[in-house]
Amino acid sequence: MLVTEQDALRQEIKAWGDMYGRDRTALIPILQEIQRKHARISEYAMQIVADMLDIHPVEVYGVVSFYSFLDHKPKGRFVIRLCRTISCDMHDKDRVARQLQNDLGIRFGETTPDGRFTLEWANCIGMCDQGPALLVNDHVFTRVTPDKVHDILEGCRRAMGVHAQEQMQEQLV
Amino acid sequence: MSESTTFGKDVSRAPVSQRGHRVGPVDDSQAIGGQISIEMDGKTLKVPIGTTILEASKELGLRIPTLCHHEDLCVAGVCRMCVVEVEGQRTLQAACAYPITQPIKVKTHSRKVRQARRHILDLILANHYGECYACNRNNNCELQTLAKEYGVDFFRFGHPTEPMFELDTSSHSVVRDMNKCVLCRRCIRTCIDFQEVGVLEVQGRGAESKVVTFMDKPLAEVVCINCGQCINRCPTGALRANDPTDDVWAAIDDPTKHVVMQTAPSPRAGIGECFGLPPGRALTFEMNTALRQCGFDKVFDTNFTADLTIIEEGTELLLRLKKALVDKQPVAIPQFTSCSPGWVKYIEHFYPEYLAHLSSAKSPQQMFGALIKTYYAHLNKIDPKDIVCVALMPCSAKKFECNRPEMCDSGYKDIDYGLTTRELGKMISEAGINLPDLPKSDFDDPFGTATGSGVIFGATGGVMEAALRTVIELVTGKKVENFFDHAEIIPLRGFEGIRYAEIPVKEVGPVPGILKHLFEDWSWLKGATLKVAVAHGTAYAKKVMDDIRAGGKFSECHFIEFMACPGGCLGGGGQPIPTSPAIRAARAQAIYSEDRAYSVRKSHENPAVVKVYNEFLTDGPCGHLSHKLLHTHYTPRGKFIA
Ligand code: SF4
Ligand code: SF4
Ligand code: SF4
Ligand code: FES
Ligand code: FES
Repeated sequence: MLVTEQDALRQEIKAWGDMYGRDRTALIPILQEIQRKHARISEYAMQIVADMLDIHPVEVYGVVSFYSFLDHKPKGRFVIRLCRTISCDMHDKDRVARQLQNDLGIRFGETTPDGRFTLEWANCIGMCDQGPALLVNDHVFTRVTPDKVHDILEGCRRAMGVHAQEQMQEQLV
Repeated sequence: MSESTTFGKDVSRAPVSQRGHRVGPVDDSQAIGGQISIEMDGKTLKVPIGTTILEASKELGLRIPTLCHHEDLCVAGVCRMCVVEVEGQRTLQAACAYPITQPIKVKTHSRKVRQARRHILDLILANHYGECYACNRNNNCELQTLAKEYGVDFFRFGHPTEPMFELDTSSHSVVRDMNKCVLCRRCIRTCIDFQEVGVLEVQGRGAESKVVTFMDKPLAEVVCINCGQCINRCPTGALRANDPTDDVWAAIDDPTKHVVMQTAPSPRAGIGECFGLPPGRALTFEMNTALRQCGFDKVFDTNFTADLTIIEEGTELLLRLKKALVDKQPVAIPQFTSCSPGWVKYIEHFYPEYLAHLSSAKSPQQMFGALIKTYYAHLNKIDPKDIVCVALMPCSAKKFECNRPEMCDSGYKDIDYGLTTRELGKMISEAGINLPDLPKSDFDDPFGTATGSGVIFGATGGVMEAALRTVIELVTGKKVENFFDHAEIIPLRGFEGIRYAEIPVKEVGPVPGILKHLFEDWSWLKGATLKVAVAHGTAYAKKVMDDIRAGGKFSECHFIEFMACPGGCLGGGGQPIPTSPAIRAARAQAIYSEDRAYSVRKSHENPAVVKVYNEFLTDGPCGHLSHKLLHTHYTPRGKFIA
């Protein structure tokens, strides 16, 4: 990381510290902010947070590795999390899983080489009566069938295209 | 009571807002309602409110098995080995984490309890890769003991046949084998709460949990200070010291090598425990015999260089004080002791800006190495390259220390191997010797004689006490017994985490010969008050350092003793397992009684030390040669990991 990037990150984290406080109770909100902004929490960020909250970096790492929605490694633009808990399992989540793996050409826990999709397992997300259920980032999809998988992925790709165009326009402006 | 206090200090990681939910000990257990009657396995007992079921069971002489519980650490309640039946509760309860707040009836070994415990054990063993006979905790493993107690004779849920994790052998001091980890988190509570270094935590959750360092890096790349306290708390063989005994045996078996052993004060107070003796019996002279029988060519007493350390460090202190008081020059005061390599690495990582305060004097272990490969080699006409220096230490950080690149001032690696008390116990057993039965024998010359001052180095406060005995006599020219009964400086003793004392210098005498080259007179010290402090365990060291940084009381001290391990060296990470508050106290007892038994009890009176200054270090304490051989420098490391 460049020094200037590190400085910027440190300033950001300091600001979140002002907002949420500087003791260990502020840890999760600050980590969530970092995750939201940078889509991951780097090694450096963890150490800055630890230093600010007067806790140990390894504790921050423990928390980041504990929660599925906090990541150390960068993930794809779309993180697909398929529920593997019992109700969804009985509703044939395995077929959905196979379809996802086939369509994306990756296995669970992996990210596509183009950095667009990450595939992960999730535990119950509270949609047990409408399983199989999955999450794409923070959108919930229920009663997913192999056919629907195709539509969902297409939707993502379209959103990505739009987004990419928006970004290009932003840059042009 | 047990709730999240270790060593009498609050180490809870719970947010302040939630601490009100805790059941603590009552202020006055004699007050009405302070005592509760309970019944356990048909026996009755009155206990103060807040006592845990586990504590009550000990009072009744009942055994409830535990795995994650440790007397030095806060309650975790994670292993569930200690489950008991509490009448009226739907589920089994963890005895270690159940504070008694109302009259209860407990069954500690009903059928339901026994079955549950057996299940828990079977589940642990289903994830435990290791063969007891090839394990360094064989016969001293809490998991193995439980398996025996519960008659495990087959693996109900299977048993791994392949290792799941690679060994971490990166550190000179600690080896981690997570295949044997039972996830009791004692090492974590040790490192974070007890020592406040913060190297270990759990990564992931559920079945994927694993104890790791920051980013799962090798131990040598993180802020580990090598104190080995985690080894001493681990119930299994998952953590162990980096064991060089094979190399030491090889050196002994090599006829061209002259193998020299030095033994530190604390191992003698602990090694009996490796041979089934109760803690608190010193086996100093039996150990000398055993070492000779094992094949060591010479056995020396590290106390000799402990005395030397006192002279060098004491002189350095006087020099710093003179610079401040007489020359009015800026100088780093308070001076910090530097004999605990765990503490040295701690300050290098966490307070690098204070390194100038650290005495430049090497630790006794390293001073000895440097002298053996120069002075002793010359005296006995042995080529230093054929000398192998082994040090018996209560400490795992000493292994790191002797491998520091700068520790080669003799022109060779000053100390070749550091052995822990446990490792020497193993070597002695391997040689077929039952240590307690041996006749006694003395240390070898030319360093033979030791003083009581060297011995008490092993206990927290000992270095300070030894230094003051010497400084007081050097400055006043009078026996320290005139100021303190039996030369025992009691305020410095005990196990309180931080201790503070003020010693007024009411009178001064002539400058003794040994210091004539440095000081003309002591008049500048007359009427001064020497302020000293002692801290043991890095958690307390941290408190003192933070106070100094904030400009508090300790920043006005002149000399502060820091020990990385709770209790000082006698509670070191290389000492026999287990170590508990009671065991530390017993070992301290052994050390202080040994001190009392010595005829010479002050470092500067040690004839061997006087001789070294006369014959070898002729330019005196803190002179040119002593600076080359007996002093060192430190590395600012910082706590950020790239
Ligand atoms: S850790 Fe204990 S149970 Fe495991 S192999 Fe070693 S001695 Fe046996
Ligand atoms: S040796 Fe000390 S600092 Fe290192 S991990 Fe163990 S307890 Fe922590
Ligand atoms: S390494 Fe040892 S002390 Fe640490 S969690 Fe594992 S078994 Fe417990
Ligand atoms: S089991 Fe899948 S959402 Fe609950
Ligand atoms: S000893 Fe009580 S839960 Fe581990």
